[in-house]
Amino acid sequence: MIEFNHIRKSFDDKIVLEDISHVMETGKCNLIIGSSGSGKTVLQKCLVGLIVPDHGEINYDGSSFLDMEDDARKNLRQQIGMLFQGSALFDSMTVEQNVKFPLDMFASMNHAEKQKRVNEVLERVNLVGANKKYPAEISGGMKKRVGIARAIVLNPKYLFCDEPNSGLDPLTALVIDKLILDITKEFNMTTVINTHDMNSVMEIGENILYLADGKKEWSGTNQEIIFSKNKLLNSFIFASEFLRDAKDMRMLEARGKIDNDRDMDALLK
Amino acid sequence: MGFFTHFGRYLLMLKGLMSRPENMRMYWKEFMHQCVEIGIGSLGIVVLISVFMGAVSAVQTAYQLVSPIIPQSTIAQIVRDTVILEFAPTIVCIVLAGVVGSKIASELGNMRVSEQIDALEIMGINSKAYLVMPKIAASLLTIPLLVILSMALGIWGGRLAGTFSGILPADVYDKGLLESFVPYNVLFAMYKAVTFAFIISSIPAYYGYFVKGGALEIGRSSTKSVVVSCVMILFADYVLAAIFLN
Repeated sequence: MIEFNHIRKSFDDKIVLEDISHVMETGKCNLIIGSSGSGKTVLQKCLVGLIVPDHGEINYDGSSFLDMEDDARKNLRQQIGMLFQGSALFDSMTVEQNVKFPLDMFASMNHAEKQKRVNEVLERVNLVGANKKYPAEISGGMKKRVGIARAIVLNPKYLFCDEPNSGLDPLTALVIDKLILDITKEFNMTTVINTHDMNSVMEIGENILYLADGKKEWSGTNQEIIFSKNKLLNSFIFASEFLRDAKDMRMLEARGKIDNDRDMDALLK
Repeated sequence: MGFFTHFGRYLLMLKGLMSRPENMRMYWKEFMHQCVEIGIGSLGIVVLISVFMGAVSAVQTAYQLVSPIIPQSTIAQIVRDTVILEFAPTIVCIVLAGVVGSKIASELGNMRVSEQIDALEIMGINSKAYLVMPKIAASLLTIPLLVILSMALGIWGGRLAGTFSGILPADVYDKGLLESFVPYNVLFAMYKAVTFAFIISSIPAYYGYFVKGGALEIGRSSTKSVVVSCVMILFADYVLAAIFLN
């Protein structure tokens, strides 16, 4: 569980985050949503320590992240995996070397054990056979999956994903979403995802924090979002006519007025 | 950003390099990789410029020494001393500031912009120590070796040019090389090489590590790092000469 209270951050005179408090729950996909420039990336970078907030506190399972000694923070970071927007794979390394890098750095395993673990996680993200390819030789969706494999190779307790679906086609985006959700459940991780992809919000948003202009505007689940009367949230989530229709359908579906027999697993196959 | 801000941040970066490696074997591997990149990668250009530097030096010295009372072997002495004292350490290092410096700045700049440095930090790795320290250490080892090689090749280039152009016979050149040789000059050249190696690696690393923006900014910071490195090499050249040759 990651709990943060009264987070405030400004750059020069511009206030980017203003008094944000929320709890990211264990075993759930916790989403931070908001339009571009709403402060969600800055908030996530504050949570992982890449940016120091001006004010506030961040607790990882009760331990204050901002007050930690350097060694304790280093140890905690080994329990954090992160998938970056651009995947942030090391260009000069193959897929296998990228995934193996955290093991080489921190794990006390022999070569065979490391290789076994790398193959396991690559299999888990459906990348069998891509071991010897370089990041430049694989597609955007595959890069994201390598990023996920690298993030989970050390069995982290916390997984951060910065816009995991950006630049992906809708079907690949669904595959990535489902993978993140499955991994979160499988390893009981606290997963924090930055996104403005509405499919992700509706499919995996178990705990959603909506930011608008650096402020916490709304929080709830993907079911609650359908019935929310928050105007800012509704104008952001259901921005198009199509999405407003979809919302109406969902509301009718939730009230038992219509029967929706979509089979997500069949669709993904 | 002012000079003192840059200088302060540069010093903080150097302080940040001093931490216990997370895994010594990985740091060693990176150090060896950088030795190959910097040392072997610059070998071709160093060989080329050193030979021509020595050759031009021999021809131009002969052109200026027209007096019959000055022995021909003096040409070899002048070539030897200019190559050892100035050409090999300074000129070669200025060229290396362009070759190695721009490579270091653009590599780190690209890693910064594509969030690879952030990825290392998230993993709990001191990115400054892991990325910058091996580059500086590899430069401190390989650049003095390249300078020694450059000295030998420069002197050999002078001999080659002197013989081919008929300025002086090889045996006279060899005799001149051994006359009035001051071994301290080689030591002084090594002081310079080590100092310049530090400048060539640490200044571009600073510009690359702290780059902000995109491809354009990487190019700008790379160019700026080379310019600043060259100026600092010339400044250090004067300071070292003033300290050690007085």
